Amino acid sequence: MEVFLAAAIVAGTPLLFATVGELITEKSGSINLGVEGMMLMGACIGFVVGLATGNPVLALGGAALAGAGGALIFAILTVTLRANQVVTGLTLTIFGTGFTRFVGQDMVGAVIPGELRTSFSKVELPGLSDIPFFGPVFFRQDVFVYLGYIIVILVAIYMFRTRVGLNMRAVGENSGAADASGINVALYKYAHIVLGGALCGLGGAYLSLVTVPIWQVDVVGGRGWIAVALVIFASWNPIKALFAAFLFGGLGILGLRLQSMGVHVSQYLVDMIPYMATILIVIISTMRNRKEGMPPSDLSNPYFREER
Amino acid sequence: MNFIKITKRDDLPRNKAILIRGGAILLSLICAGLVMLVFGLEPVKIYTEIINGSLGSEMRIKQTIIKAIPLVITSLGILVAFKMKFWNIGAEGQIVMGAMAAAYVALHYGETPKPVLLLLMIIASMLAGGIWAFIPAFFKAKMGTNETIFTLMMNYIAIKFVTYLQYGPWKDPGAQGFPKIAQFGDNAVLPTVFGVHAGWIIALILVALMYIFINHTKKGYEITVVGESLETARYAGMNIKSIIITAMLISGGLCGLTGMIQASAIERTLTSGISAGYGFTAIITAWLARLNAIAVLVVCILFAMLIQGGAYLQIAMNVPESVASLVQGSVLFFVLGSDFFIQYKVSLQGLFRKKNAEEGRAA
Amino acid sequence: MQDKVAIQMKDISKAFGAVKANENINLSVENGEIHALLGENGAGKSTLMNMLSGIYNPDGGTISIYGKEVKFNSPKDSIRMGIGMIHQHFKLVDVLTAKENIVIGQKGSFFTRGKELSRKVREISDRYGLDINPDKKVYEMSVGEKQTLEIIKVLYRGAKILILDEPTAVLTPQEIKRLFQILRNMKEEGCAVVIITHKLNEVMEISDRVTVLRKGNSIGTVETAKVEVSNLIEMMVGKKVDLAIKKETFADPKPLLDVDNLSVLDKDKKPALDQVSFTLNSGEILGVAGVAGSGQKELCETIAGLIHADKGRIFFEGGNIVGKTPRDIIRLGIRMGFIPEDRLGMGLVGTMDIVHNLILKDYQSQPGIFLKRGPCVEKANKIVSRLDISTPDIYTPVKRLSGGNIQKVLLGREIDAAPKVLITAYAVRGLDIGASYKIYDLLNEQKSRGVGVLFIGEDIDVLMDLCDRIVVLCGGKLTGIVDPTQVTKEEIGLLMAGGTLEKEVAQA
Repeated sequence: MEVFLAAAIVAGTPLLFATVGELITEKSGSINLGVEGMMLMGACIGFVVGLATGNPVLALGGAALAGAGGALIFAILTVTLRANQVVTGLTLTIFGTGFTRFVGQDMVGAVIPGELRTSFSKVELPGLSDIPFFGPVFFRQDVFVYLGYIIVILVAIYMFRTRVGLNMRAVGENSGAADASGINVALYKYAHIVLGGALCGLGGAYLSLVTVPIWQVDVVGGRGWIAVALVIFASWNPIKALFAAFLFGGLGILGLRLQSMGVHVSQYLVDMIPYMATILIVIISTMRNRKEGMPPSDLSNPYFREER
Repeated sequence: MNFIKITKRDDLPRNKAILIRGGAILLSLICAGLVMLVFGLEPVKIYTEIINGSLGSEMRIKQTIIKAIPLVITSLGILVAFKMKFWNIGAEGQIVMGAMAAAYVALHYGETPKPVLLLLMIIASMLAGGIWAFIPAFFKAKMGTNETIFTLMMNYIAIKFVTYLQYGPWKDPGAQGFPKIAQFGDNAVLPTVFGVHAGWIIALILVALMYIFINHTKKGYEITVVGESLETARYAGMNIKSIIITAMLISGGLCGLTGMIQASAIERTLTSGISAGYGFTAIITAWLARLNAIAVLVVCILFAMLIQGGAYLQIAMNVPESVASLVQGSVLFFVLGSDFFIQYKVSLQGLFRKKNAEEGRAA
Repeated sequence: MQDKVAIQMKDISKAFGAVKANENINLSVENGEIHALLGENGAGKSTLMNMLSGIYNPDGGTISIYGKEVKFNSPKDSIRMGIGMIHQHFKLVDVLTAKENIVIGQKGSFFTRGKELSRKVREISDRYGLDINPDKKVYEMSVGEKQTLEIIKVLYRGAKILILDEPTAVLTPQEIKRLFQILRNMKEEGCAVVIITHKLNEVMEISDRVTVLRKGNSIGTVETAKVEVSNLIEMMVGKKVDLAIKKETFADPKPLLDVDNLSVLDKDKKPALDQVSFTLNSGEILGVAGVAGSGQKELCETIAGLIHADKGRIFFEGGNIVGKTPRDIIRLGIRMGFIPEDRLGMGLVGTMDIVHNLILKDYQSQPGIFLKRGPCVEKANKIVSRLDISTPDIYTPVKRLSGGNIQKVLLGREIDAAPKVLITAYAVRGLDIGASYKIYDLLNEQKSRGVGVLFIGEDIDVLMDLCDRIVVLCGGKLTGIVDPTQVTKEEIGLLMAGGTLEKEVAQA
């Protein structure tokens, strides 16, 4: 059981990064459907840099920059040029897919260098990993996973306990009010969209560097879309996102697990569960209709001060 | 940013808008070309080969048309939904479900005479696609759930379900272990007319039908009003729930029809990849065509040229197909951005005024 | 003394596309004064003040604050100079608390700390007499509370210059009195207060000086104590206007619409209408007064069949129309036109032209599945000429028309159907005096034809002048039906706030 849970966390970490990334973007008022594209770009560039340098920090940095770059294009189009967010996000995904296929075509089958792989081997956290049951599950993971925990905590503190985080939430809920209060709405949107993209890029990098350290074309495999759904599932809350990501990570490997236990269920039927669960959550959230659990009110509305 | 003045335009003459659009496309081609240069490819050659590869021979033109057909029909389906501001991202899933229904009919009633069988397949596919779109529509109409995520998830459920069928209950025992669904019999395959499968006739008819539907029928009018102003529709006494559901049945139905056509004429079977991304591309084309049925035809043909050109590049020149995706993405970004310049007028001001103000104060 | 002048605006101009919102406007406001900015809707008052608050940039002219010339690039700059603007549409974040709304955009500690903030807020509340619960979420607040929060927000940032944009539009007479007291307190403390309004009586009551704007130009500045209402009107409109609304009574009013014990629950299961009963007679204008949100919208929608009544009946021509579809009700001859805050969005589709907007109410009666535009083209031409609607042609999208014309289109469409019952809500919202009076004339004309007009309005003076009887709603309940010739404005205000009158009033 513990092995399964630990594996669920590994499976859920890329989802975690992407979900938190998109969560930040949406909380500040923009819906970026390009998550899949940004994850792909992050996976691709992260792999390229990793292959070339063997240095984990550079590889992650490259991945984050790639994701941020894609997000920057989205930000320019939607914040400054007021383009439709849904269409722009989809375009980013198409672009990201093409870009990744283009850059990665020569890399198919390449394996990342050994020293890079070992930097992502499992590290036990002294003391914490001795806690019965939870210890080995949560605290015998690679550093990338620990990075994920830290980011969730940081983002949660940021959003709910800092002034800047409060401003960001105001921007996402009511840009007009934020603007009238003296907040630089455009700057906040840009910053959070780009930051969100960087995190998505990191999520992709986990897949290409840790999960299966051989390059394959469809390395992200639709996880970006799940992340978009997970943001809603988690009610735009980073802590909930953590558990949601691990839950869905677990659901994704459930099929194999069940088969190994002798239960003969088609992996593909099990694969459907995360998506159906998301639909259920969306329906339930709408029915509950609590103000706090709703999307940021100004989500996907571009803000234009001079509009008459 | 203070010296750039942005004002909303009241109206823009037709030709100026086309100029801006054209400029955007040109800029995007140049930009994509630069990227190609970085990777050691020759942009001009690639562009000419794309055109050559899509229109250069009778065979290639047919291929372009074959690629345009599903785009057109799906775009029309999406157009109906988008007109109502119902963001139907679920075209992929609706295509797949339509194909599945058509496959079921084809495989189980394969002995029925051709015209009847094809008709049954068409009806089945449209029903399946319609129902698949109806589900998210129902929840939106009833309680206002977010349709973007709902339809998105429905895509994956549909694709996974067909994959399950492909690897499981519908697996063809005669395929020697490969996870494939059986081939359709001849009766289930669309006939060819002038060398291309009959889908092109269906597509053209639908373009005309949808144009008339949106612009000249009461239902089309209602859909437009609901999309433009929900409250006004309500005040006019329109039954909004039924309008949403009708529109989505049509939307899903058209996408389902695409699934049938692809399954019947192209693949001659059902696979999980039958939608091949058309569901997403069609969103872009529908939007670029500004939700106008006639424009959809033009835009889809252009896009099909890009896709076919890309395939040709791969086969004939060993240039990766993904170059076409890059060009596509680039064009899209620039056109999306150009919309801004059509809606707003940008002028430089204050650079000179600032100086004068300072001089005035100093004086 | 230069120090006394808080705001000095010289030759300010601003255009939006082809529309010149402000042209060479001059304005000066002193410390310790309440200065009214008066003008009709569309005269350019909000635009002018938005330049002071940093939202817009002037195209020409200069702004000086406390004697120093300034250029605002954003609201931040304006706030820094001590200017605080209270907008007509509150700029508050609903899901945050009062405290959080005050703090956003402010410089300060990295982490949000509660105590220091609460102390300062308390100090401001006490000084100016403002009452607020810092931990209450905005979406739970009443309109009056939200406005108080906006004021505190602005004072917290050290504002010494306060600009209020149509602050009384959403308040009851009692809340207005409270607001005016707060403004007087500020004046005592040496603040400069600018109040944007189109309500003459308020100008007379609260201001020291008035600047009048008309069609984008500043006409002049006068001392309130030295002028009469008629002078102000002349400045606002440009000519003498006869303010009297004709009111004739017609013999033999017969009951037309009988509302009996109507109750409607809103989506939170709270009563939006609570046992409301009244009768609308033919050949009369029955006014409906009440603070925004007292159930007027629900009343209109229930009679029109858009909402289902939970209890009660509505009798029309002998039958109960509760439960009928909106289309049936339209067919019976009951027409409703509701002007929402943004003018469009309820009766008209902004992106469509006049013809297609007429089709809205017309197409159901056409047989077949195809849309026939012909009859509505004729109708459009007829309405445009009859109501003198100013538009480039009947194919222009209605959102391009000016406010008054948009409302004429809406009203024209309903009147053209020769209804028996006409319900209009906020028909003159945002219209200038001339246009408003045309609307009143139209309504009187309908009345003379025997139509029963239900007139929901926000201006009590107009209601008293125009209507034969007035129904007052408060919180969904009917608090009174009065004869305007026998009650005072204050008494109506009392009913609007939920009180009762002792004396006998007109029968239902």
